Amino acid sequence: MAIADTAGHAPHTGKPTGLGRWLFATNHKDIGSLYLWFSFIMFLTGGVMALAIRLELFSPGLQFWQPELFNQLVTLHGLIMIFGAIMPAFNGLANWMLPLMIGAPDMAFARMNNWSFWLLPPAALLLLLSFFVPGGAAASGWTMYAPLSTQMGMGMDMTIFAIHILGVSSIMGAINIIVTVLNLRAPGLTLMKMPMFAWASLITAYLIIAVMPVLAGAVTMVLTDRHFGTHFFNAAGGGDPVMYQHVFWFFGHPEVYIMALPAFGIISQVIPTFSRKRLFGYTSMVYATASIAILSFMVWAHHMFTTGMPATAQLFFMYATMLIAVPTGVKVFNWVATMWQGSLTFETPMLFAIGFICLFTIGGLSGVILSVAAVDTQLQDTYYVVAHFHYVLVAGALFSLFSAVYYWFPKMTGRMYSERLGKLHFWWSMVWFNVTFFPMHFLGLAGMPRRIPDYALQFTDFNSLATIGAFCFGLGQLIVLYNLLISLRRGPPAVEHPWEGAQTLEWRIPTPAPYHSFVEAPEVDADDNGVIHAVRGGTHH
Amino acid sequence: MTFWRTMIGGGLLTGAAHAAPGIGLQTPVTSVAHEIYDLHNLLVIIATTIFVGVLVAMFYAIVKHRKSAGHEAKHFHENTTVEVIWTVIPLLILVGMAWPATRAVLHQKQTRGEDMTIKITGYQWKWRYDYLDAGMGFMSNLGTPRDAIYKTGTKGEHYLLEVDQPLVVPTGKRIRLLLTANDVIHAWWVPALGVKQDAIPGFVRDAWFKVDKPGIYRGQCAELCGRDHAFMPIVVDARSPADYEKWVAQKQKTLAASADDPNKTWTLKDLVARGETVYQQNCAACHQPNGQGIPGTFPPLAGSPIATKNRAAHLDIVINGSRRNPAMAAWGKVLNDTEIAAVITYERNAFGNNTGDVVQPKDIKAARGGKA
Repeated sequence: MAIADTAGHAPHTGKPTGLGRWLFATNHKDIGSLYLWFSFIMFLTGGVMALAIRLELFSPGLQFWQPELFNQLVTLHGLIMIFGAIMPAFNGLANWMLPLMIGAPDMAFARMNNWSFWLLPPAALLLLLSFFVPGGAAASGWTMYAPLSTQMGMGMDMTIFAIHILGVSSIMGAINIIVTVLNLRAPGLTLMKMPMFAWASLITAYLIIAVMPVLAGAVTMVLTDRHFGTHFFNAAGGGDPVMYQHVFWFFGHPEVYIMALPAFGIISQVIPTFSRKRLFGYTSMVYATASIAILSFMVWAHHMFTTGMPATAQLFFMYATMLIAVPTGVKVFNWVATMWQGSLTFETPMLFAIGFICLFTIGGLSGVILSVAAVDTQLQDTYYVVAHFHYVLVAGALFSLFSAVYYWFPKMTGRMYSERLGKLHFWWSMVWFNVTFFPMHFLGLAGMPRRIPDYALQFTDFNSLATIGAFCFGLGQLIVLYNLLISLRRGPPAVEHPWEGAQTLEWRIPTPAPYHSFVEAPEVDADDNGVIHAVRGGTHH
Repeated sequence: MTFWRTMIGGGLLTGAAHAAPGIGLQTPVTSVAHEIYDLHNLLVIIATTIFVGVLVAMFYAIVKHRKSAGHEAKHFHENTTVEVIWTVIPLLILVGMAWPATRAVLHQKQTRGEDMTIKITGYQWKWRYDYLDAGMGFMSNLGTPRDAIYKTGTKGEHYLLEVDQPLVVPTGKRIRLLLTANDVIHAWWVPALGVKQDAIPGFVRDAWFKVDKPGIYRGQCAELCGRDHAFMPIVVDARSPADYEKWVAQKQKTLAASADDPNKTWTLKDLVARGETVYQQNCAACHQPNGQGIPGTFPPLAGSPIATKNRAAHLDIVINGSRRNPAMAAWGKVLNDTEIAAVITYERNAFGNNTGDVVQPKDIKAARGGKA
C-alpha cells in the first residue's frame, strides 16, 4: 500500500462524475446509495402490486383482474418485496455504514461490490417484463411449489433465471460483508466489541451463503422438470412434489431471518442512542442472534405441517420452532431493559424502533401460536399467516429500515430531514399498518384462505377495511419519499453530532461522511456494541 | 362512476347485509377441532399476557424515563440474574405449552380405527369423492354460477361455499379420508371438522374425523392450485346413520341410472345438451362460458381451427392435453367416453362453430385405443 503510494499513485480525492460514477462505482457509499434507491423503487413497485391485490379484494366478486393475473400479482409482490426491496436495502445499509462503523476504508472487494449491485436491475427487469410474455408472469405464489410451477408459461422461466441472478448477487454481497467485518476492523475493535449491526450483518451473510445455493438448486430442478424431461417433483417419474417443499423451505426459513436479523441489528443501535444508555446485555444479544441463526436451519418443515408428515416429525419441528421464541424473547427484553432508566427522547428513528418492538412482538407471538402443529392445521395457508408475516416483515424489516434511514441520513448526506414529516410518516404508517393487517388475523381464524381473488360474503367487512388501510398506508409512503428528496436538496445542514446519545465510530467522522473515509485505519478504544471512548489516527479524504 | 358504484355497492352495502363477521375460529364439531379450539384460546391468553407485560414495562419507561421529564440515564448494562430469569421463564412457559400441544398432535394423527373410508381426489378445480365401502363416487363442483362471480348483486348466502353434490357422511362414525390429487397439490380443509390435509398428486395421505352433530359444514381448498383455486369449495353434509343409509341407496340408484353406456349412439341435440353441462363444469373456467377464452392466456374455441376443422386434433387435445401449453390438461383421465364425445360435439356446434359434426362415444374409444 505504502509502496504503491510512493510510486506515484496518490489516492484519488475527488469524486468521479457523471454516469460513470454510478456505472463503475467502487466506492462503498456510492454503491450503498445505489442499493438503497434501487430497493426503494422496488418497494414502491411491489407496493403498487399490493394495492392492486387489495383493490380486487375490497368486495366479493371479480371486478378488476382475472384470477390468473391476480395470482401473478400475488407472486410478483412477494418476490419483489423479498428479493428486490428488503434484501438489497439491508445490503445497501451494510455497504454504507459497516466501513464507517468498524473503521474500514471501504468494503473488502470494491469491484465485486459493483458487480453484485449491477446484477440487480437486470434481474428486476426480467421479473417485471415477465408480465408481458405469453401466459404472463409466474402465478404459483413466491414459493413456486411444484408441480404447479411446472404448469406455467415462460414467465416462470424468466422468474427462475431472475432468482439465479439475484442469488449470485446476494452471495457476492454476503462474501463482501463477511470479509470486511472479519478483516477490516480498526485495531481495538474486537469481535465482541463491534456494533450489533455489524454482528447481525455478519451472521446474516453466513445465512445467505448457506441457503441461496439451496434455492438455486430448487428452482433449477423445477427448470429441468419443465424443459429437460427430469422428474424430480413428478410422482409419475419417481419424483416427489413434497421434496420441492423440503428443499425450498430449507432455504425459506433461514431467509426469514435474513430479513429479520439485520433489523435486530439496527434496533440495537437506535434504542441505546435515544435512551442515552448502553445496550443492555450485549453478550447475550450476540449469542441470541447466533442461536436464532442456527435454529433457523432446524425448523423448516413447520411450513409443511399439513403435507401429512408423521407425528414424530410434526413434534420435532414443533418443539424446535417453539425454541426460537427463547432467544427472540431475550432480544425484546434486552431492548426494553435498555430503555429502562434511560433518558429517552423520541426522534423519528426512535419512534420507528419503538413501533418495531411493539409490532414485531405481535408477529413473534403469532409465530409461537403457529408453531403449535395442531393449531397450525387450522391456520396454515390462511390470512392469519398473511397477517403474521406482514407483522414481521413490514412492521419488522421495513420499520427498522425506516428507522435506519432517518437515523443515518444526517451522516450520509450532511443534511437534516424534516422531523415533523418524519413523525407524521411514523404515526401515519403505524395507524394504517394496523388497520390493514390486524383484521387479517380475524379473517384467517374465521376460515379465509390466502391467495384467493374472491371470497365468501362473511369475509367482506374485514377485507374492505384492510383495503382502505392498505391504500392509506401506501399513500403515506409518499411522505418519506418527499421528505428525503426535499431534505437532500434543501434540508438544513446537519450538525456534527445530531444525536446526543450516539457513541459508535461512524459519529466520530466529519458530516457528511467524506467520500474516502478511514483511508488510514484508526486505533480505537472501544467497548460493547461499538461504543467508542477514544480514537487515534485515521484520516479521510 | 362505475368504479365507485362497484366499490361502494360491492363493499359496504353487501357488507351490511350479512351476519356479523367472526373474529375467532369457527365453532368446532369434532373432538380434534374442539381440542384445537381450546388450545388456541389458551395460546391467545398466554401471548396476550406476555405482550401486555412487555408493553407495560416499555410504556412505563417511555412515560417515566423521558429526558423531557428530567430523567437522567442510569448506566447499568448487564445483570446476569435477570438475564437468566428471562431466558428460563419463557422456556418453562413453552414446556407448559408443549404438553397439550403434543397431545393434540398425537390425537390428530391417530387416523386408524375407522368405520368407513372415503377417498378424496383434488382436481383443477373440483373434488372427487369415492365411497370405498359403498363402491360409488362422484365429482363435486362449485355450485355458484359464474354470473354471480363476475357480476355484482346476485350473490346468495353461501356464495363460493356451495357445491352441486356435497360429501354426505354419517354422524357418530369414525371416517378415514384418503387424499390424493390428479394434477397439482390441493388441500382439503373444513374448519369446523378440524381437518386440513394436502392432497398430493402421486401420493396418498390420510386424515380422519368423527362428527356427532348433523349439519352442513363448509370449507375451501387451502393450497394455491392455479387459476380457480378460490372456486373449489367443500361442503360436508352430516346426517344421522339412518338418513345416510337412505341417501347411499338413493345415490347408488341415481348413479347407476345416469351411468353412461359407451356403446349408445346419440343424436346431435342430446350430445350438445349433455356437452354444455360438461363444458360449464370443466372447460368454462379457462375458455369462458362464451368460448372466447382470455386473450394471451387461454385460447378461444369460437372459430378456432381445431374446434372447427381438424377433428382428429380436437379429439387428441381433449383426451391427451396440449403438448405446448401445460395449462390444457389431459381430460381423458378425468371424463368418460360419453362426456368427452358430448363436450367435443358441443364445442364444434356452439359459439357459432356450427359445423354439424357429431362425435360419438365409440369414436373416443377408438381414439383412446389408437393412443394406447
